[in-house]
Amino acid sequence: MSHLIVVPFILPLMIGALLSWVKDERISLQRNISLAASLALLVVALLLLSMAEQGGIQVYSMGNWHAPFGIVLVLDRLSALLLATTAMLALWVNFYALAGDDQRGRNFHALFQFQLAGINGAFLTGDLFNLFVCFEILLIASYALLLHGLGAERLRSAVHYVILNLVGSSLFLLGAGLFYGVAGTLNMADLARFVAQAQGDERYLLQAAGWVLLLVFGLKAAFLPLHFWLPRAYASATAPVAALFAIMTKVGLYAILRMTTLVFGGQTGAAAGFGLDVLFVIALLTMMLGALGAFAAGTLHSMLAYLVLVSVGTLLAGISMGSEAALTASLYYLLHSTWGIAGLFLLADLIAKQRGKLKGIFRTGAPLLTPARMGALFFVGAVSTAGLPPFSGFVGKLSLLQAAQGMQQGFLWVTVLLASLVVLLALSRAGSVLFWQHTGAIDEHARFSTPAFVSAVALIGSGVLLVIFAEPVLAFCQASAQQLLQSELYLQQLAGE
Amino acid sequence: MELWIACAIGGLVFCGVYLILRARTFPVALGLTLLSYAINIFLFSMGRLKTGQPAVIGTSASYTDPVPQALVLTAIVIGFAMTAFLLILSLRAYVILGTDHVDGSEKNKQEAP
Repeated sequence: MSHLIVVPFILPLMIGALLSWVKDERISLQRNISLAASLALLVVALLLLSMAEQGGIQVYSMGNWHAPFGIVLVLDRLSALLLATTAMLALWVNFYALAGDDQRGRNFHALFQFQLAGINGAFLTGDLFNLFVCFEILLIASYALLLHGLGAERLRSAVHYVILNLVGSSLFLLGAGLFYGVAGTLNMADLARFVAQAQGDERYLLQAAGWVLLLVFGLKAAFLPLHFWLPRAYASATAPVAALFAIMTKVGLYAILRMTTLVFGGQTGAAAGFGLDVLFVIALLTMMLGALGAFAAGTLHSMLAYLVLVSVGTLLAGISMGSEAALTASLYYLLHSTWGIAGLFLLADLIAKQRGKLKGIFRTGAPLLTPARMGALFFVGAVSTAGLPPFSGFVGKLSLLQAAQGMQQGFLWVTVLLASLVVLLALSRAGSVLFWQHTGAIDEHARFSTPAFVSAVALIGSGVLLVIFAEPVLAFCQASAQQLLQSELYLQQLAGE
Repeated sequence: MELWIACAIGGLVFCGVYLILRARTFPVALGLTLLSYAINIFLFSMGRLKTGQPAVIGTSASYTDPVPQALVLTAIVIGFAMTAFLLILSLRAYVILGTDHVDGSEKNKQEAP
């Protein structure tokens, strides 16, 4: 039992608590601690990744109370992969915030670390109620981060976001309570065993509980028709916050993945035929709606928010197909979309800062201060997001399309290709308005910050790296997918501990 | 006893949902509180309802399930913090936006016939 497993949860939590004691006037001290913590988190995440690569599933029992009576953290390939994705994203977002965005409100760095603690905890926990607690930690930090910098638009979107998520939390408790009432356990592996053996009335109760939880995770992942909060919230958030939120929808998708492959992963009892077909239809609709929304959006930021919806739809389609190839493609696409969209959010902020009062609105305005650099980076990000060769979006979408079988193949191909076309049109329109159509002189307040630009380059450039190292990355994703589908191994591991 | 508890939960949920749909921040906050009360009682009753039994194993022949009680305690603490946050947020929104509608504007109301 390695103590390293608990570090991604404990470290940000303690650093966050420490940072809330450091006064805002001592901003450089805050920045140093926060950046060092993000670096340390990345190192730990990479170590855990190599641990997961070598030796199966690792279980960490809190206080040495064994499952199912104690609370366990579980490290498998999937959680290690997501921890590393988060840590990488967090480091660059943190670096970007140092350019000045962290001073637009109070306690940015402390909240940032609390948010990371919640996200990492959600990825690690093997217990339904602890998943709830981690969700609440990441949510309350996200409420405050969403409001970072204040302003009317942020307040408006935050009221919606907070109320919706409070209703979501109540429903989460309802689902978890139902599970406990029927199965008498909240450990996910133990639940899976019970679900596979359930008979009679218990079957329907367990499925009802499963649907309630899917509803809650769907609200977090923002798929149709639970997506209404997302475009407004993401478009109004401060750039580093919006970029960090790129991982938030993935937390919901991760929980859905655990539900469909682990808790309802069996073929018997209440698990038989649970949910996947419905999720597939929802996924396609979400993808289409996101693409149309991106096309109709009037500002760069809200267009990017709708692109998040497209990626959620694409990922959900992969999860709902459920085969090894589809899950492999989804995991690869998850890496690509998290970093790519986050990078675009950062870039959008840099562009907006050079356009004076127009900010991200698609209207002819002053030329940019550094059009060549911004334009080139936007081009790479746009090509990657739309799924054109040679960048990572292409590899992800192609392997997803190849994974489809039977009836699903036709629907998936048509929807993915159509959505990609609409997204491509939206991105080209945005690019031509922002970089080619301009009048007058360069805005006098326009500025360019090299460190901030470097962060955007690093995140969008990951699309290039993901293609160069596509083979090892895809191999890891495939091994993760295999591990997910062999849920018996997961169950044995927990029973053995 | 089960019937009464079930009716109480149903009543609380009914009032909670009605208040949430009022779309004004203060009723919504009240509605969310009622909803979380309902959920708490529901969670509590998921350990089966018994009276006069200790939540400790081994001191008497029968006992009540202690796990839901621990869950409810956690849920209450989290719910309390979230409600406090929502109230502060609502006040801030009312002061800055000048309306207590959850959409942050009264536009919809004026457009209605």
